[in-house]
Amino acid sequence: MKIDITGRFIAVWQRNLTVYRESWKINFMPPLLEPLFYLAAFGIGFSGLIGSVRYGDMEVSYVSFIAPALIAVNIMNNSFFENTFASFVRMYYQKTFDAMMATPLTVAEIITGEIVWGATKAAIATTIMMIVIGFFGLLNYTAAPLIILIAFLGGMAFGSTGMIFTASVKTIELFNLPVFLFITPMFLFSGTFFPLANLPWWAQYLALALPLTHLTNVLRGLNFGQYNADVFAGICYLLLFNAVVFPVALRKMKRRLIK
Amino acid sequence: MGTEVIVAENLKKYFGAFTAVNDVSFHILPGSCFGILGPNGAGKTTTIKMIYGFSPLSSGSLKVFGMDIKTKAREIKSRIGVCQQENTLDPDLTVLQNFAVFARYFNIPADTAGKRALEMLQFLALEQKKQARVAELSGGMVRRLVIARALINKPDLLILDEPTTGLDPQSRHQVWERIERLKAQGMTILLTTHYMDEAARLCDSLLIMDKGKILAQGSPRSLISEYIGSHIIEIAERSEGIAVFVRENNWRCEDLGHRLIIYAQNSHEIYREIDLKFPEENSLLRSATLEDVFLKLTGRELKE
Repeated sequence: MKIDITGRFIAVWQRNLTVYRESWKINFMPPLLEPLFYLAAFGIGFSGLIGSVRYGDMEVSYVSFIAPALIAVNIMNNSFFENTFASFVRMYYQKTFDAMMATPLTVAEIITGEIVWGATKAAIATTIMMIVIGFFGLLNYTAAPLIILIAFLGGMAFGSTGMIFTASVKTIELFNLPVFLFITPMFLFSGTFFPLANLPWWAQYLALALPLTHLTNVLRGLNFGQYNADVFAGICYLLLFNAVVFPVALRKMKRRLIK
Repeated sequence: MGTEVIVAENLKKYFGAFTAVNDVSFHILPGSCFGILGPNGAGKTTTIKMIYGFSPLSSGSLKVFGMDIKTKAREIKSRIGVCQQENTLDPDLTVLQNFAVFARYFNIPADTAGKRALEMLQFLALEQKKQARVAELSGGMVRRLVIARALINKPDLLILDEPTTGLDPQSRHQVWERIERLKAQGMTILLTTHYMDEAARLCDSLLIMDKGKILAQGSPRSLISEYIGSHIIEIAERSEGIAVFVRENNWRCEDLGHRLIIYAQNSHEIYREIDLKFPEENSLLRSATLEDVFLKLTGRELKE
């Protein structure tokens, strides 16, 4: 594939930032409130039942076990939904991509700008969320900058995956399919709310194929200050995953847009 | 510049088995206004989409500003302004924000873009709307805004895809007047339309296409005199007698049943003859228009 991406993709990214800033008060809401709801529900309602969870050779509280997983889920949702529903609205209803394609921008730059924006949105949401989690005393501040970087990396992965669906669906309703076949199972079975070790061996292997498992592993390791093999493997997995899905997203969108 | 702005040779575009554009060739001179006319589905939009690098050619060659669209698309696109058929503005943003966002796609610095935006808004009588959101604007304003935005990069070629479709008469005249002013400034303009009055008023040269093929090419006046003549005679509610009379004289005519149209170079004499012989007939001698050429070439049946 010919590489036709220059720094111009930033202009696409800036376009989305401009729109985001127009309604920042609404955009800041979900990452502020979501962790509050989850931590309240699981911290108050659930931890009495569970008490502590084993992580490596540590005994950790249930809320501190799920706090990094909430960040991981939030990264997945922000970038995946941005590059499915929101990108589709721009492409199909608002004809934003059509306007861009009549300018010096290439399709690869438009889509790169979109995916990088999705990842940025995930990183912004992660930052807001970390502040909330910090109030509960559940954040490892020394790991915070690295967590934001990982949020971006994870956002690229889920955004590119979302973009592949955007290139494939005919109508916006069809996004419900990847949401309940891909997003919801990952949300539940990626070692987010209970340790993977609780699953049967085959399900553990299956979970290891999923990107959210690795994103959760990395963030949990960093937040507990454990720079262990899971963290290293997780970062490698995410880099590799990006190296595959990002070019596929570009190619599929080119095929969809260039007629 | 001096050389042709667009040299299109044997353009073809297939979508699967369907041929949208079939062997279309034309040249556009700098400073001229060139029109592509045709009914819906004729291939007008597909043709211009190839010119602004949106749609790759299936075959043929296309040079814009002397550069090949296949290899220099980005350079070409940075010198073109495009006003697409659909409203492609950002509905969530204000008018000025739309300019700022769009200017960045051309790498235009923010302060230059801001100044240019105000000039263009003034030019299209929109300056009082600069803080308005696009969603609040009327159809005519939206269209003018899309044209204004297309001018942000000071294009050497302005492409307008059906610029006045769906506008009220006031808005249409306002758009025409601005296009004429741009033309007077020496801008090369390419427009598609299915309004003949629009083409006759604005275009120096045009081509009429249907079903992907060129039917005729030339200036509005030369097309009229070539295909119709200077005048035509229209007879409404024609009687059987006059139909027979016209047929006997072998005049070039079109009989639509309730209406008879006679095309002839010596239409004045024929009109006098008819008027003498059938004074009670409702006949009319009028100047031929581009619309007559268009209907003659593309037929009168509905296209869709």
